[in-house]
Amino acid sequence: MSPDISPIVLFFASIFTSNILLANFLGMCSFISISKDMNSSNGLGMAVTAVLTITAAINWVVINYILIPFDLLYLRYIVFIVVIAATVQILEMLIDRLSPSLYMALGIFLPLITVNCAILGVSLFIEIRKYTFIQTLFYAFGAGLGWWLAIMLLSAIQKKIANAPVPAGLKGPGITLITIGFMAMAFIGFSGMLIVQ
Amino acid sequence: MEFIIAPLIISILTGILAAIISITDKIVNNYGEITISINNGKKEIKIDGGENLLTTLSSKEIYLPSACGGRGSCGACKCKVTSDVGEYLPTEIPYLTKEEMKENIRLGCQIKLKKDISIEIPDSLFNVKKYEAVVEKIVDVTHDIKEVLFNLGNEEINFTAGMYMQLCIPPYDKIKNETQRAYSISSKPSDKHHIELLIRLVPGGIATTWVHTYLKEGDKVKLIGPFGEFEATPTNSTMICVAGGSGMAPFKSMLYHMYENNINDREIWYFFGARTKKDLFYLEELAELQEKWPNFHFVPALSEPEGEEWKGESGLITDVLDRYLKTIINSGYKEGYLCGSPGMINACNNVMTANGIKLENIYYDKFA
Repeated sequence: MSPDISPIVLFFASIFTSNILLANFLGMCSFISISKDMNSSNGLGMAVTAVLTITAAINWVVINYILIPFDLLYLRYIVFIVVIAATVQILEMLIDRLSPSLYMALGIFLPLITVNCAILGVSLFIEIRKYTFIQTLFYAFGAGLGWWLAIMLLSAIQKKIANAPVPAGLKGPGITLITIGFMAMAFIGFSGMLIVQ
Repeated sequence: MEFIIAPLIISILTGILAAIISITDKIVNNYGEITISINNGKKEIKIDGGENLLTTLSSKEIYLPSACGGRGSCGACKCKVTSDVGEYLPTEIPYLTKEEMKENIRLGCQIKLKKDISIEIPDSLFNVKKYEAVVEKIVDVTHDIKEVLFNLGNEEINFTAGMYMQLCIPPYDKIKNETQRAYSISSKPSDKHHIELLIRLVPGGIATTWVHTYLKEGDKVKLIGPFGEFEATPTNSTMICVAGGSGMAPFKSMLYHMYENNINDREIWYFFGARTKKDLFYLEELAELQEKWPNFHFVPALSEPEGEEWKGESGLITDVLDRYLKTIINSGYKEGYLCGSPGMINACNNVMTANGIKLENIYYDKFA
């Protein structure tokens, strides 16, 4: 049975209070490694949002029209991965042909997203939480925007940190992880506003 | 029934997705016939678009240098593109300098051909050919380096000492696609019917594993080349050559070519670094050359000679080089010649520049 939550509420909750990165800690590897540069962060954020929304929508159809009717939910991991990999391939070809400028912006990040756990995580959440198709769309799009917001914030902070007197032992990944911890705590501040699970 | 339904559903689903990918590829990646104009229309090629420039040119027997076989990891397949092919890709930028980008130099393996394109390449690349060779001899010169002699049959090759060839590695074992790797030529340019390469085994390396495990005398292989601009300058300055392992190859070719052609009036110092005695090779040949050629000095050095009977130089090759440049070779106009790993080249560059050799007078053949 689908939860009785407005898609709009889900949308904002997935950006702020249940941010896929800062509340669920999914998609951390690319978050940490790509956030050193604002342009790359922007490209990756855009790519994650697009792929996340499209794959969540396709996986919702696969869950509800194939896996549940045939009682094959236990196969969801392999099915989701296959759908994500195929979607990314098709998307890459279409964007390259239809919008070279967008392809340039997304560039090498599209194939990288195939192995981003935030993408798989959202598909699993929509199945566990039994969202409707509209809820799925709003939730997935919001989760993508939340991921995008978080990586842009981190890259902006990293730009400032580059000129800050950071102790030698904490430079690089050390200070990045501490920053992510502070960001997560700041986002917890939103948690009283919307509670969505 | 579940044991039938589950694989069936998965198979159908993956089949549908694979079909969609194939159909999309056929429709979306169909760019029709396009024209590649080379060197202001000197040569024009009509091909079907969709592939990258490097692969497309090689299918028409025009070979850009490529040490990695088009994987975008060596940065060798540079060419000037004079028509609009879009902005630089993030995969190209690390291999290009600002000056090269101002001149529209691009990486051939990263340019996807979607419309007509104009490029400029050195005329010498038109002479690059694909050779069908037969492996005449394989010799183990050390525990991990093989000297492989290829016979080109009736074909002739003209190259400058210091250049390299690309060896085509056919599919084998779990390697499903043909790939190419670049190796410096160690034979003399005067031997126009043979190519000799020194190939060191890189653990897990696709090409070197094939050479060391599968390649036999009598086998037929493809070689493409010659490529490269690493060569001895026509000056009288002292040559300071540094190599390690299979970095021996271009120097062997250069030294024997110079000796053979009486280019023997300039001073040459050749520093060859190895870890232990079992990593050294061609010692007798080079010692013999040194005896016949007063201006040539060969300095082999071991970094880990412990417990071995070794009368030569000891220490890292950079330390030995530094010592010689400060004491024995401390005067006169010098040029640096380096062949080896990027780490070794950078370290030697630092030592040479610190000892007064200008960066523009240091030439190198960097392993990709």
